[in-house]
Amino acid sequence: MKTLEELRKIRDKAKKEMQLRNSEYRIKVVVGMGTSGIAVGARDVMKAIFDEVTKRKLDHVLVAQTGEKGLSSMEPVIDIIEKDKSIVTYGHLTPENARKIIVEHVVNGRIVSDFVVATKTNLEV
Amino acid sequence: MSDKISDILICFCPDCVSRGAGKIKELFQTSLIKHNLSNDVNIIETGCMGTCDLGPVLTIYPEGYVYIKIKPEDVEELVTEHFLNNRPVSRLMLPDTFGKSLIKKIDIPFHRKQMKVIMENCGVIDPGNIEEYFATGGYETLAKILLEKSPEELIETLKRSGLRDREGGGFPSWQKWQYVLEAQDDPKYIIVNAEEGDPGVFISRALLESDPHRILEGMITAAFAIGAVQGYIYCRNEYPLAIIRIKRAVEQAREYGMIGENIFNSGFSFDVEIRRGAGSFVAGEETAVISVIEGLRGEPISKPEFPATSGLWKKPTLIHNVETIANLTTIFSKGASWFSSLGTNSSKGTKIFALSGAIRNQGLIEVPFGITLRELVYDFGGGMKPGKNFLAVQLGGPSGGCFTSQHFDIKIDYEFLQEQGITLGSGGVIVLDDSSCLVDLARYFLEFTVTESCGKCLPCRVGLRKMLEILNRITNGEGELEDLNRLESLGSKIKALSLCNFG
Ligand SMILES: Cc1cc2nc3c(=O)[nH]c(=O)nc-3n(C[C@H](O)[C@H](O)[C@H](O)COP(=O)(O)O)c2cc1C
Repeated sequence: MKTLEELRKIRDKAKKEMQLRNSEYRIKVVVGMGTSGIAVGARDVMKAIFDEVTKRKLDHVLVAQTGEKGLSSMEPVIDIIEKDKSIVTYGHLTPENARKIIVEHVVNGRIVSDFVVATKTNLEV
Repeated sequence: MSDKISDILICFCPDCVSRGAGKIKELFQTSLIKHNLSNDVNIIETGCMGTCDLGPVLTIYPEGYVYIKIKPEDVEELVTEHFLNNRPVSRLMLPDTFGKSLIKKIDIPFHRKQMKVIMENCGVIDPGNIEEYFATGGYETLAKILLEKSPEELIETLKRSGLRDREGGGFPSWQKWQYVLEAQDDPKYIIVNAEEGDPGVFISRALLESDPHRILEGMITAAFAIGAVQGYIYCRNEYPLAIIRIKRAVEQAREYGMIGENIFNSGFSFDVEIRRGAGSFVAGEETAVISVIEGLRGEPISKPEFPATSGLWKKPTLIHNVETIANLTTIFSKGASWFSSLGTNSSKGTKIFALSGAIRNQGLIEVPFGITLRELVYDFGGGMKPGKNFLAVQLGGPSGGCFTSQHFDIKIDYEFLQEQGITLGSGGVIVLDDSSCLVDLARYFLEFTVTESCGKCLPCRVGLRKMLEILNRITNGEGELEDLNRLESLGSKIKALSLCNFG
């Protein structure tokens, strides 16, 4: 890539692809996979989420990974991002309660308040 | 993304709905509009909160108060009292949970009150995918700089921004750039220092793992400003994931032409290599880092000149910590005056702190300089762990100092720390409760320094050990008054007679 125009084109395309409204997915589950998260089981949480999403054929759910936000003592941490809704961050997860969150929040649309550690208004989905 | 100030989470389980949760929600909506609060407060329906017999139940964030058995006529009172007058309505809480209901949800302010500038992408984008970094506007600042700016302009902007080194004792960063730019020797090098030896601190690691392209973009920008052709990222081997992510980032950046020959047709060429070394505290000292990259042991060496004039392979070298580098793209995209509007007179911008110890929330927070100890411990740390009483906060790493509640309201910045005779170190904040003994803590840190001393300088190698022996005596209850003088005299001699600041 050699010009600013090319760069901006890639930026706009990538931005669009990241937005849920432009994709086949309606919900994005983002797992924090930094060292702090992995050290307390983020990989198992990720596996459980994948498993639950596949088993239930939740084709509208995208599972993605990210680094760490700094919430170390609350790891493993995941974000659930949905169009027109606040981003909900869950913490202190185990594979079991991650499965519960997939069922309750992602499938039934009910926030599992026991594990919520933060919420954030989301304007860019 | 923008934050509303508060969220009301209303339980919408069948039970609460049958008790009128829907009506409550509507009333909140109208009342919030009436009081002009609808832009500040979010209303969210949630699943069962598990207290159905007390419904309708709602939780208000960020405070985390749980209100129960809400009747339609309570809504107006909640809105005016809770939101307008900032007074929680204890009448509507479980009788014994007033204040206590805070405990479970206390994590929220931790998130909300921060100012994520250099950590804005951390825990948001996929660090393994350069396209997600592009989506945030990544590398645009670099492109514009390479095509439109001169090194002198960049250094001028950096000067006006007030950025000071985050690790090396708070030296104004632009000055180091200026020295390297003016040095009459070629080639020039840039090194990003990702050694991180302080106990409990992992800021560099988190930045490299979570937003590696930000570090690369900052590094390339600095390289352009000082005229460096080659850069090295030195990372401790104990950070395998950080190494994997930054390696991948370098590959992707090369693929897209962000590093390599003639970047953006600007005529500027630059390449990056990753170097690993065995992690130790002294290996982070800059001459030790240079030694490792040259293939030698990670030990400080005696150098009459600064790296800026004689660094890597005796060539002019700019060396910065990861966090300093992470600030650059923000400064050059948002401007010097934006950056210098954050923080205090002596210290501009934000700082990441690593909170640990006897507080509820441990982790990394990013806040503007000028934060107080009280805010660190209570707002971000969430207060002391249940049953623990505050004793002191340890700042500045192994060579730092302890602060008691007497310093609670002092704003933390370079100036304050300098007055106290310590440096910021790497941003470690260890909160101690009254079950810990300060002499024990000093002994712990001395033990740490004894094992981490590279042993090159006699005063540091033997002197620290002697100090430890004295402290051991004191903690065993066999101390003498004279010991205090001995410690002080040893301490100042070690400091004066050792090569690097470790001693
Ligand atoms: C004993 C000792 C240990 C150090 N450890 C580190 C370290 O782990 N990481 C680091 O970036 N700088 C460390 N430094 C500071 C470096 O020498 C150097 O000043 C710094 O990397 C420059 O980065 P800055 O300009 O961004 O602050 C250490 C210094 C001393 C004396």
